[in-house]
Order: sequence, then C-alpha cells, then structure tokens
Amino acid sequence: MQHRYIPMTTTDKQAMLDTIGVASTDELFSDIPEAVRFKGDLNIKPAKSEYELTKELTELAGQNSHLQSHTSFLGAGVYHHYIPSIVDHVISRSEFYTAYTPYQPEISQGELQAIFEFQTMICEMTGMEVANSSMYDGGTALAEAVNLSAGQTKKKKVLVSKAIHPESMEVIYTYAKGFNLEIVEIDHHDGLTDLNQLRNELDDETASVVIQYPNFFGQVEPLKEVESLLADQKKTMMIVSSNPLALGYLTPPGEFGADIVVGDTQVFGIPAQFGGPHCGYFATTKKLMRKVPGRLVGQTVDEEGRRGFVLTLQAREQHIRRDKATSNICSNQALNALASSVAMTALGKQGIREMAVLNMKKARYAKKAFEAAGFEVLTNGPFFNEFIVKVDQPVSNINEKLLQRGFIGGYDLGRIDQNLTNHMLVAVTEVRSKDEIDQFIKEVGEING
Amino acid sequence: MRSMANEQDFPVIFELSQEGRKGYSLPELDVEDLDLDVEFDQEYVRQEAPDLPEVSELQIMRHYTALSTRNHGVDSGFYPLGSCTMKYNPKINEDIARIPGFSMIHPYQEESSIQGALALMYDLQTSLSEITGMDSVTLQSAAGAQGEWTGLMMIRAFHEANGDDHRTEVIVPDSAHGTNPASATVAGFEAVTVKSDENGLVDLEDLKRVVNENTAALMLTNPNTLGLFEEHILEMATIVHDAGGKLYYDGANLNAIMGYTRPGDMGFDVVHLNLHKTFTGPHGGGGPGSGPVGVTKELAPYLPKPLIAKNDESYFLDYDRPQSIGRIKPYFGNFGINVRAYTYIRSMGPDGLKQVSENAVLNANYMMRRLEEEFELPFNQHCKHEFVLSGKKQKKLGVRTLDMAKRLLDFGYHPPTIYFPLNVEEALMVEPTETESKETLDEFIDAMIQISNEAKEDPEIVQEAPHNTVVSRMDETTAARKPVLRYYKES
Repeated sequence: MQHRYIPMTTTDKQAMLDTIGVASTDELFSDIPEAVRFKGDLNIKPAKSEYELTKELTELAGQNSHLQSHTSFLGAGVYHHYIPSIVDHVISRSEFYTAYTPYQPEISQGELQAIFEFQTMICEMTGMEVANSSMYDGGTALAEAVNLSAGQTKKKKVLVSKAIHPESMEVIYTYAKGFNLEIVEIDHHDGLTDLNQLRNELDDETASVVIQYPNFFGQVEPLKEVESLLADQKKTMMIVSSNPLALGYLTPPGEFGADIVVGDTQVFGIPAQFGGPHCGYFATTKKLMRKVPGRLVGQTVDEEGRRGFVLTLQAREQHIRRDKATSNICSNQALNALASSVAMTALGKQGIREMAVLNMKKARYAKKAFEAAGFEVLTNGPFFNEFIVKVDQPVSNINEKLLQRGFIGGYDLGRIDQNLTNHMLVAVTEVRSKDEIDQFIKEVGEING
Repeated sequence: MRSMANEQDFPVIFELSQEGRKGYSLPELDVEDLDLDVEFDQEYVRQEAPDLPEVSELQIMRHYTALSTRNHGVDSGFYPLGSCTMKYNPKINEDIARIPGFSMIHPYQEESSIQGALALMYDLQTSLSEITGMDSVTLQSAAGAQGEWTGLMMIRAFHEANGDDHRTEVIVPDSAHGTNPASATVAGFEAVTVKSDENGLVDLEDLKRVVNENTAALMLTNPNTLGLFEEHILEMATIVHDAGGKLYYDGANLNAIMGYTRPGDMGFDVVHLNLHKTFTGPHGGGGPGSGPVGVTKELAPYLPKPLIAKNDESYFLDYDRPQSIGRIKPYFGNFGINVRAYTYIRSMGPDGLKQVSENAVLNANYMMRRLEEEFELPFNQHCKHEFVLSGKKQKKLGVRTLDMAKRLLDFGYHPPTIYFPLNVEEALMVEPTETESKETLDEFIDAMIQISNEAKEDPEIVQEAPHNTVVSRMDETTAARKPVLRYYKES
C-alpha cells in the first residue's frame, strides 16, 4: 500500500531498479546474512489513518490532568508561566524546526543568528561573558559544569549543596562517575546551604562549589558570602544554578564572581510537557571560553565584508576532538533556545523584571494567606516564588483530593527528605490570580482538616 | 548581482530596540502590593536590568520570520545530509505533541493524573523493543550522544558488578562518528580504534588484534557510516563476546534496516536510537532530540531510573531499581519528542516501517549508481540508506569537495555531509531518505553532474560558490581566532 510519506510509485521503483541493475529491492538487502534476517512482521500496532490516530491520541491525552484543566501550584523546577502566543508561531516556522545543525552557514544564517542572540540574552541575564547555544536541560548542564571544573582545576573533589534540585544532584552523581569525582554533599538548615560545613569541607583539593540560586526550596542563597569563602581558594570554581526568571529581580551570579552559571530556560516560552524537552543554558567567564561544552556561534564577516554568523571554536567538540573531547554533547535544544529567545525578546528589559516581581508579590500574598489560614510556613527570609507549607497528612493524599477539586497541589518534599514528610513546596507564578490562590488555600484547608 | 537588501548587515534584534517599547502582556497584579526591597539586602537586588531588546510584537514576528527565510529546512528543499536522516517531519506529529494533555502536564503530578502519558511511553518502550529486538528500553536519554554514554555507563556497571574493573577499553571503528570515542571517554573508558578493510567494513583481523581481556565493548553502527552493512556481524559478535566484551549498537543508521533485521538478532547487547532521525522527531536546528536506549535482559537491571512499568490496574514510574546506573537526566526524557516519534510509529505500522527502509535503500542505491559515472565511488557493493563518494577526481582539477558542497547551495540544496567519514578522502556522504521523490533525486543528480562538468570546464564558478545565497563564504578563521560570541552595543 502506498503511504503518504513515501512517494515512490511502482513505475518509479521499476525504473530505479533497472538503473541499479537488480530485479527487486530484496537484492539490495542480500548483504544481510540469512541468520540475522528478521522474518515476519514486527509486532507493533497496525497503522492508523491520520484522522483515526488523531482521535485516539487526543483521547489518550484526555486521560491526563494538565495545567489548563487544573489550576496548578506545582513547581519544583518546572513552572507554569505565561507563554506569548508568538513563541509557538515562530518555532512553527518549518525553516527552523525542520533544519539540522547549522553546519552550512550560507543557508543557515537564520538559525545561527537566533542562537547568537540567545547567547547574548543569556549573558545579559546571568552577568557572564560567554554563553553556549544550549544544553539538554538545567540538570545535565549542571553535571557538565561539575565535570568541566574538575577538568580545568585537575582536582576531583566537588562540594554540592543539598539545596539544589534533587534530580540535578542525582544526575551529577551519574555524570561524575565517568571521571571518578568525589561528591561531598553540604547540608541545609532553615532552607539554606550550611556555609559552616561548606567552609570546613573546602580545601586545596576542591575543584568547585555548587549552589543553586534561588535554591530548590525557593530561598535566595547568600552568594556574597559564598564568594567570600572562596576568596582564599582562588582555584576552586564557583558554579551556580539559577532559574533565569529570578535573575530579572536578583543580582546575577556573575556579579558574585561565579565561574559557571547554568540553569533551564523552561520558564521562558517552553511548556512543561511532562519534563522535557526543556532547555539548559551554560554561561561562563571568558577564561573558560575554550572549555565550554556544546556548540558556540560566533560573529564574523563573509567575503564581501557583511556580518554573518558561524559555529566556532569547534576544536572543543566531539566531532573534532573525538576521544579527547571533555563532553560528548552533539544535538542540543536549539529549537527550545529559539522559543526562549522569542519569549525573552517579548518580555524585554522591562518585562523580565515585571514578570519576576509579579511572581514574588503573588507568592508573598499566598504565603501570608496560608499563614492566616493557620498553616505553618517554614520559609523565612528572602525567597523567589516558592515556599514550604506544613500540612497534617501526606502531601500525596492531599494532592489526590485536590485533583478532584480542580487543583494540582504543590511538590511533596517527603519524596526527598523524610524529615520533610507532610511538607508541600508551593509555587505561585504570575498566572495565578488572587481568586485561584484564595480558593486553593481554602481547599487545602478543608482537606487538611 | 546581489540585491540591495544584501548590501547592508542584517540587523540583530538588539539593534531594533527602542526604550519604552514592549512586546508582552502580563496579568495584572491583583493582590496587595508590597515593597520587595525591604525583604532583601540591597546587594541581592539587581541594579542594572538585563539589556534585553525592547520591541513590539510585530517587530518580533517580522524579525524571526525574516530569520527563518535565511534558513534551509527539509520543508524548504532537499537535505541529503549523510548520517543525519533528514526525512520529512509529519505535521500530525506537531499537532499531537501540542495537545494540552501532553504539552501541559507537569512531571511531578500524581500518577493517577498522568495515566495517558505513561501509557504512551509504555507503548513506545514496547514498540522500540520490538523494532530493535531488545528486551527493555529507557526513554530517558535526551539525544543520541547521551544515549551512547548511557549505554556505556550500563556496560561499565555490568563489568564492575562482575568484578571486571579492568575492562577499560571501548573499541570504535575508524569510520565512527565523533560522539562514539567522546562518549567512551566521558564514560571513563579509553577509546581504541579498529581499522576498516579495503571493502569499507571492519577489518576482522584487526578486530581480533585489538580485542583482549580489557575490552569492555565494541561500538558499531550497522550499516556503518559508509552506508555498508557489516556482513560479518555474527563473527564480530562472537569475537567480542568470547573475550567477555559487549556489543554496542549506534542506532544512527536504523533507517536502513527496519523490518529487515534487528540489532538484537545481530547479537548486540545495547542499542541507542535517534528518534529525531529515523522516527521523525524534527531536528529543530540542532535539537531537541531523543535517544532511547534498549538492552538485553542481562543489562536491564542497570537501566537508568525510573522506567515506565505496568501492573494490573495502572501504569507507574518504577524507581525500585537497586542496580540502576542512576538518573541521567531530570524527569523522564524528552517526552515531547517521544510523543512525535510514537505518533510516527503509529502512522506507519509494521508494513510502513519496512517500506521506509526499503525505499531509503532503493533511493540511495539509485543515486549511487547514477553518480558513480562522474564521481569516484570508493566502495562498489550495494549500499544501504546512504553512500559515500570521493571528490578525488575533482580535487585533481583544483575543485575541492567543500567547493562542490558550496556550489550545491546555488541550486537550492543542502549539501551532503562532507569530509566524513574520515577514512575516505574528500568524502561526500549522501543520504536521500525514503521521503524524497524520484524527480527530486534526478534533479539533484543532474545538479551534481553539472557541477562535475563545471569543475572540468569552468572551475572558478565552483571554487567561488555560492553565488546566490544571502551571504557568501564566511571568514571562519577570524571567527575562531578572535571570537565574538555575543552582541555588544556600539557605544
């Protein structure tokens, strides 16, 4: 049967077989030894027509609760934010999404320039000098930063705050194994990294210190103090993972002497889509420019002197360095970087701060309202858009009931720390209205009893 | 002659910025206002706003639309980029991935509220297991390179569990993609090269020489990067397995063999797939991709966690995997790409997927036979989904493969992959894919023949190409020597 994606007709095929000089396509597979031939049909579901498949998969999607069917207060690394309509219109331009890596600059200026603009925006957001074209996500970007620090300093010990995203911590362990690094976890107290422990662990063998800003619990780590701690360990690198939206309000890590700043731009124009694809960013000092993993776009001129853009410093990358490469990343998240560029462009210089501030003000309203409703809120001190609420029963019980009432509740901190059983990490973004917040607190109160 | 528009630099978005313009529409503040600055030490309050552009919505749309017209995608024209499988990206995939029940679900929702997503992932895991002949599949890897590394980390964990810590060498063919040796290194192995023989296949004698008690694995694409099927795959599997090593399948070239043979049946222990190649997740200008990894029963305990599992009542995320190599990525992989790949598999079915490979191979052989009259063909057997030509003849005339690639741009084509694989001089690697019509193939072949004739009669036209693109050849040397990696406002 002729399939709509395959244009060859019987006549075409015959003409082509004649040119090749074989009687059938089977002959072209004669080099596959009989013993490894697959016989019969693959045991997968039969093909469906476009209409029927759309119907089936729409129904399947309908089995999921989602951020439109429910009002969500769930964050913990993935956030429900305003996405300007133009974002999807731009990334749906098929010249962008059906292209591959821009290896031929003459016909890839669109993609190359878009990445160059993305790199610039990330530098602006983080206060760093260099940013790459993207990484898979914030977690793997952080793990690559750790590996880079070990390679650069020739040291194996890395101090990692336990207040970073728990899944980033897990990824760091997996990535570090290849280079046999020693990961030392630094505890947190009252939602902030224990700087005394950090000071005690810091020594000449320390490749880097890893901090999240704002951290997993939403609190703003005192980077100034971390910078001071590192003043006596000049070789030890400071790696900061940051929600870039928070940097619309907060002083960027670059101003506190960070060597590498990473994170995820999901907050800018990328839907949650069950955790991926999102978009990691990776920013460094100029000193580390030739050590950055992944693709970099640079500005240059063509033969007529016109400005143009190319992939550059490729000697760092796997396709040139092969087994000497320090990272194996090849495909990245280019289309999502484009989505984030469009969202950052739409927000612009004013909107980025306005959006950050909206998150903060609404989160503070919600925090006070929880307290007014008699809940204990553990978060004290500066925070961004998330805080911890203590409840009287397992969070998953509450969340199951909330689902029936049209809400997606906060993150169950008991998943990562037994001491935090019955603690919910509540995220409040700019898309939540006062009414939704009030209703949510009322529902949580009723369920909590 | 160039048009006037090209006389000037194309603006970057920052150059369109005017203070006070906006392109956003945020919700109003509907809660009590408060002074945030009292909460923060001033050192933590950003004093200088990030210098993002200030532009209107139409300006943004025009800017990016103009950029898109300066870009070539599969929808723009033929894209025979070898080893990349630049096939058509079906539009239904895009529609399905954007259904809110898929695009707007949060990874930390209660399992009861994401059964549809888990069902899709479970069925995709199962389908990919069947297509590759493996026992279990994880969907967690974000791309091919991460899949390679994941597979190697599992092999490492397997050897360590058996007390074989000395197995530190991973063998890769000299024709392998650069990610293979790089992945071996970042997984803590040493990459060892095995040579190709005069037929472009792995040299069995050399393989026997490099395999030893320190061998952790052999990484292989089959068909290989020359587009040739490694006919001696079973002998190779025996050599590696007898020495206690594992066989790793790089799925970059799976488009050639679906329904004809399966990596599992060839003796491979680990397989990664590039869903953005064979299974039409779009390439996105360089990503996002998705690189699921399949393994045999023996290696399944080491798969990253969580896996998607099923009991009598429902689907669930299985974290109870004590021997797992751990987590390789936050959450559950590039779900949005996996949805697209799943939609594709369901659009094709078993017969469709076999037709894909049949036609991909037919197209490649047809082009190869028509082009061999003008270009040197280093390996003369039937190819699979792609083939490699050498520009040696043209080089003698002073026209390099790079020049011919640039000349193809004038005809509206994306050129083939050039100078890869490394074991062919002046290589041109052509992969037409199954979604191109005979007319398209013929037009491209005609263009290639014309360029070859130009090389003989008027080499300058090739050497100075491209002539019709929005920019001409770029000064890449200066770009690397004096890197300008971000925009700076002219003061």
